[in-house]
Amino acid sequence: MSGAALLEIKDFSVAFRQGERETLAVDRISFDIKKGETVAVVGESGSGKSVTGLSVLRLLPPSAHHPSGEVLFQGRDLLKLSEREMRGVRGNDITMVFQEPMTSLNPLHTIGQQILEMLEVHRGMRGEEARNRVIELLTEVGIPTPEERLGSYPHQLSGGQRQRVMIALALANEPELFIADEPTTALDVTVQAQILKLLKELQGRLGMAMLFITHDLNIVRKIADRVCVMKQGKIVEQGLVEEIFRNPQHPYTKALLAAEPKVQPAPPQPDAPMMISTDNLKVWYPIKRGLFKKTVGHIKAVDGVTLKVRRGETLGVVGESGSGKTTLGLALLRLISSDGPIVFLGKPIQGLKFKAMRPFRRDMQIVFQDPYGSLSPRMSITDIVSEGLRVHQPQMSAEERDQRAAAALKDVGLDPATRHRYPHEFSGGQRQRIAVARAMVLEPSFVVLDEPTSALDMLVQSQIVDLLRDLQKKRELTYLFISHDLRVVAALASHVMVMKNGKIVEQGPAEKLFKSPESDYTRALFAAAFSLEAAQAGAVSE
Amino acid sequence: MDQITQTPVLEQHKENVETKQERLSPINKRRWENFKRHRRGYWSLWIFSILFVLSLGAELVANNKPFFVSYDGKSYYPIFQFYPETTFGGDFETEANYRDPEVQRLIKEKNGYMVWPVIPFHYSTINYDVPTPAPSKPTWMYTEEECKVAVSKKLDAKSCRDLDQNWLGTDTAARDVTARMIYGFRISVVFGLTLTILSSIIGIAAGAVQGYFGGWVDLTFQRFIEIWTSIPTLYVLLIVAAVLPQGFFILLGILLLFSWTSLVGVVRAEFLRTRNFEYVQAARALGVSNSVLMYRHILPNAMVATLTFMPFILSGSVMTLTALDYLGYGLPPGSPSLGELLNQGRNNLQAPWLGITGFFTVAILLTLLIFIGEAIRDAFDPRKTFS
Repeated sequence: MSGAALLEIKDFSVAFRQGERETLAVDRISFDIKKGETVAVVGESGSGKSVTGLSVLRLLPPSAHHPSGEVLFQGRDLLKLSEREMRGVRGNDITMVFQEPMTSLNPLHTIGQQILEMLEVHRGMRGEEARNRVIELLTEVGIPTPEERLGSYPHQLSGGQRQRVMIALALANEPELFIADEPTTALDVTVQAQILKLLKELQGRLGMAMLFITHDLNIVRKIADRVCVMKQGKIVEQGLVEEIFRNPQHPYTKALLAAEPKVQPAPPQPDAPMMISTDNLKVWYPIKRGLFKKTVGHIKAVDGVTLKVRRGETLGVVGESGSGKTTLGLALLRLISSDGPIVFLGKPIQGLKFKAMRPFRRDMQIVFQDPYGSLSPRMSITDIVSEGLRVHQPQMSAEERDQRAAAALKDVGLDPATRHRYPHEFSGGQRQRIAVARAMVLEPSFVVLDEPTSALDMLVQSQIVDLLRDLQKKRELTYLFISHDLRVVAALASHVMVMKNGKIVEQGPAEKLFKSPESDYTRALFAAAFSLEAAQAGAVSE
Repeated sequence: MDQITQTPVLEQHKENVETKQERLSPINKRRWENFKRHRRGYWSLWIFSILFVLSLGAELVANNKPFFVSYDGKSYYPIFQFYPETTFGGDFETEANYRDPEVQRLIKEKNGYMVWPVIPFHYSTINYDVPTPAPSKPTWMYTEEECKVAVSKKLDAKSCRDLDQNWLGTDTAARDVTARMIYGFRISVVFGLTLTILSSIIGIAAGAVQGYFGGWVDLTFQRFIEIWTSIPTLYVLLIVAAVLPQGFFILLGILLLFSWTSLVGVVRAEFLRTRNFEYVQAARALGVSNSVLMYRHILPNAMVATLTFMPFILSGSVMTLTALDYLGYGLPPGSPSLGELLNQGRNNLQAPWLGITGFFTVAILLTLLIFIGEAIRDAFDPRKTFS
């Protein structure tokens, strides 16, 4: 069958019905996948790439329908198959791995049971034979000591291991086509590199075709043979990966390729006054056991962090998830309790009560990661932005507050005329701008940025990075920039601090640290982030 | 198909710049649309609203005083004003009894006339001219033979049709069932609404505090509620009824003591969930105080679950009042209440109009409330789609 297409999508559209309204999510796209080939579909959120993947398996909700086109798999039109025939295709000929490994596995069954079920349903395998196959599969996807892991429940595995189990499930019946819908987006950079390596190896060994859906062009370059660039439901460009990267034709592809955030970090300010400093800061959560809740140990979320940030600098805090980055940020702002002195603008703020902290809150602000969760869905934008003014300048008239909110929105590049709308009417990037405006309206001097770009598309990411840099220059702001994405940190930070398990692994001026990292951990992080290379076993978590 | 493919795709990516500001936020508009599309609930809301508004003006629909009296060329409005009998040439300084044939004769003699409400009985009016001993059947069911005596007592009456009509008969004290039904409907709904609103306010406040602060506050409060709800309401009522006089507000207070717990669980859960959201953290980072945070930031987001429950609490309150009245521990004797009507119906099976009226009024009222509640629940359900 080589040469002929395994999957052929011709003039294919998907529309969603909502009341009387029709929304077209995928607009007459055509592409094909040959046997043993990897095709990546790349685009920002809402471009219809996931919908395309789901509709190959006909997994869309009933409100979706197809105004045009066909999906030919080995010559059969999948759209015309009965639900019964479709079940034979799913999990057998075509399988899929989703983005979120936390929710894709049933928490009540052991992973062994879940893979066994797959084998039983599609192949009728039972008993010893099936068990051996499960162990073989788990070994194949790189789960250590698979015999012992058979009886584990999903919550006993890490995110990366869960995604490996999902891949084992998908491979159980040796599919012809494997669809991966952003399989690494929810994972740490280091784990992402490992999973990509695994997928690449498996594909080479099993000779299956792969449809890889992602928003990250670096992954595309690493893994795919051909790429389709999608925008607003249309494929704007497709072709061989090298060619598209070398010579993009469509302006959108060019913009995507140029979306890498500019590296222009704030210069270190060795003589500027100290903004915030800590000495041996600790956030320990006690583990209590027994009837009398005796403390038997501690979870050390932040363990002995000493840091100094001067006015006008940006301290980048990097590390894998669970390394205590976010906890550190919250502790600095005194939003959670901690031990050890915190000195802010020359005044000790450790141990102050909520009311006593209030005057300081004007000067210290935070921007959160999730632009969907950080804005109250029932407050208008102007209310959200001016909330800080209500607290800190209660004498201000409602009109004046509104004016200030409008000005703040203008500063972050939003049309002030839209300020009476509610958050759900804005896109992710716009919402993050609103969150920035809320922090900036009080004209703070110190802002904690907790992964402000992680939930955003590439193009929007670099816009937000530019915005943050401009604001910093204009207002002499000091940032504590928390991120697992080293490319963004490199673009902004004057100093970098690498954290692992609540402790500082390495700390220093950004330039020096990026050029010559000292610890293995830092090197592994950098390799994963900049070239998607998996590290030697042991240096990072699995 | 062409038409579909022409439409510009993906609304969220459009930078729509029109700046109209609407009173209802789009999400509420969508909810209202969904509510309207729930035909049964929408009609129920209309019917219920009309019935409720009508019953609020019960004094104008069913009363033992006329709207308007013309006497000796002058106008009088007895429903709204007090007139002693002497005004109309009678003997007493007390209020004129307009149903008295004597008063009617006096007015008629001076070329006067009266305009009566549709139902010429108040809920407390005793009809002394019923053709047969109370409970007497609906007037339109009597033969001429049966109502001869009653006709002879009434001024200018010639046949059964000229009598004051008891459309649904009378109860054991010869009071008009229709009038009592209208007033009973009103008192049930008003009582239910007051109880619902008051217990919601207390319940939401208690749930909010528990959910927001969590920890020991939550733990202590939860245990307290568990103990509190295990007190049998009915026995407490019996004891209190023996000590305190029966009355609308005393009853309301006692029921309130036990009904506020119904919303606590929902609100507490919503607050527990919402308090860890990033927008709450963000507000805390701004220095917003606890009470403002609860009221402005969390409560609006917890209201959906609460509102969904309210119609069911309302119907529950109505049912409780009816049940207590039925047992005789509800409103003071003589009050127009649906429960008392049902009780009379049970004691007088030979007079089925009592039981039938009581049953249908309660059944229709509760059905309407449940239908409205269902529609509200569906309207707030984001996953619900109507086709």
